Amino acid sequence: MALSEQDVLAGLAELVNDETGIATDAVQMEKSFTDDLDIDSISMMTIVVNAEDKFGVKIPDEKVKDLITVADAVNYITGNQA
Amino acid sequence: MRRVVVTGIGATTPLAGDALSSWRSLLEGNSGVSSLEQEWVEKYELPVTFAGQAKVAAREVLTPQEAKRLDPSSQFALIAAREAWQDSGAPEVEPERLAVDFATGIGGVWTLLDAFETLKERGPRRVLPMTVPMLMPNGPAAAIGMDLGARAGVRTAVSACASGNESIANGFHRIQDGEADVVVAGGAEAAIHPLPVAAFAAMHALSKRNDDPQAASRPYDVDRDGFVMGEGAGALVLEEYEAAKARGAKIYCEIVGGSVTSDAYHITAPDPEGSGAARAVLAALDQAGAAPSDVEHVNAHATSTPVGDIAEYTALKRVFGDHTDSLVVTATKGATGHLLGGAGAIEAIFTILALREQMSPGTLNLDNQDPEIPLNVPAKPTALNRHDAVAISNSFGFGGHNAVLAFRNI
Repeated sequence: MALSEQDVLAGLAELVNDETGIATDAVQMEKSFTDDLDIDSISMMTIVVNAEDKFGVKIPDEKVKDLITVADAVNYITGNQA
Repeated sequence: MRRVVVTGIGATTPLAGDALSSWRSLLEGNSGVSSLEQEWVEKYELPVTFAGQAKVAAREVLTPQEAKRLDPSSQFALIAAREAWQDSGAPEVEPERLAVDFATGIGGVWTLLDAFETLKERGPRRVLPMTVPMLMPNGPAAAIGMDLGARAGVRTAVSACASGNESIANGFHRIQDGEADVVVAGGAEAAIHPLPVAAFAAMHALSKRNDDPQAASRPYDVDRDGFVMGEGAGALVLEEYEAAKARGAKIYCEIVGGSVTSDAYHITAPDPEGSGAARAVLAALDQAGAAPSDVEHVNAHATSTPVGDIAEYTALKRVFGDHTDSLVVTATKGATGHLLGGAGAIEAIFTILALREQMSPGTLNLDNQDPEIPLNVPAKPTALNRHDAVAISNSFGFGGHNAVLAFRNI
């Protein structure tokens, strides 16, 4: 069963919190990973790989650079779930 | 020549989670060595089943996010450095005048080998992106440099078990030479992992006293059968004397010598003549403007290996001659095990506190002193009598490295 946008956001926020310590409620749809949440490329790759495991999606490396905001990631994951 | 003083100390050791508690535990005669309960001991049928494990786990001190991005060696380093910095009163120094000299003997061995397991089991994409910065030997120094904002250079000496002393010597000279005003210096090691345990055991360097771990590290005892691996870190804040005095800093003592020599004799065995080690001691004393007779206390390298302990005695005898009998010698590895790249750093702290309190720690497990090593090595803490005397701390490492530090009360 496909997860809702809210479920994915909540799950992604947990991964972000786990990697960086950023509070889960700070991970909001319009936030930019780099500009707002101050997540560097190394943490981003860790979050991406963990998201692949958690949500059962494949996020190609060339796609990662397009995931600017949290919404970009949530939409990609919800749109590509198996 | 600028003078250099110690204004802060920090440590996490097999005895305790901070410097002063480690010192007190040492004076109480405790051992930091215990059996390894990890599943991998049985899994790999390791021939050695004990070590000097850090008394306080790094993950109890750091945040999960800090720990996640740091190899255990860097975790210990950061804990010790933060304590030392706080202890020094956090001197106001321009970032461009603050440096770090911090060592490790082996580097991020946990990270390296965990990553290889991940590669084999789960493929390259699951290898952590932080693997390289976590495993590099300069990782501990870099972590401290980032944490304190040090911009006068962050360096790592790698000379096996002499690394910690070499880093402190380097930091001392950087301030003396005017390249920095404050240096955080020391060393860390976190190598109690099945591979290093197996590898050190393969070369018959480790004690195999599995039935009595606390008696295993026994420097100078006739029944010593090898060293005991330890883990942890020690850190010093070194500071230019006039600046430290001007800000009213608590000054532990002056560091008056830091020297490095090499044997070019054998990759692991010490030169039985002890000439390289002796030259290192003499060079440190020369820097101190001191004669051998000015030395009262020696924190020996003394790892509890059959040949190493004798070679160091031979070196001391070469330097001190008849004065050797007047030295009050301690071998604190009897209590802590051998912290490899962290050994020099925690032993520097013990030496500094011995000077400050005029009290040499005792040496654990010295039941029957080797007659071939007739040094004055008290089993119990022993008062020092010469407040203005020099104290030295020796560290030697595979590769024929000799590094000696000299301290004096100010």
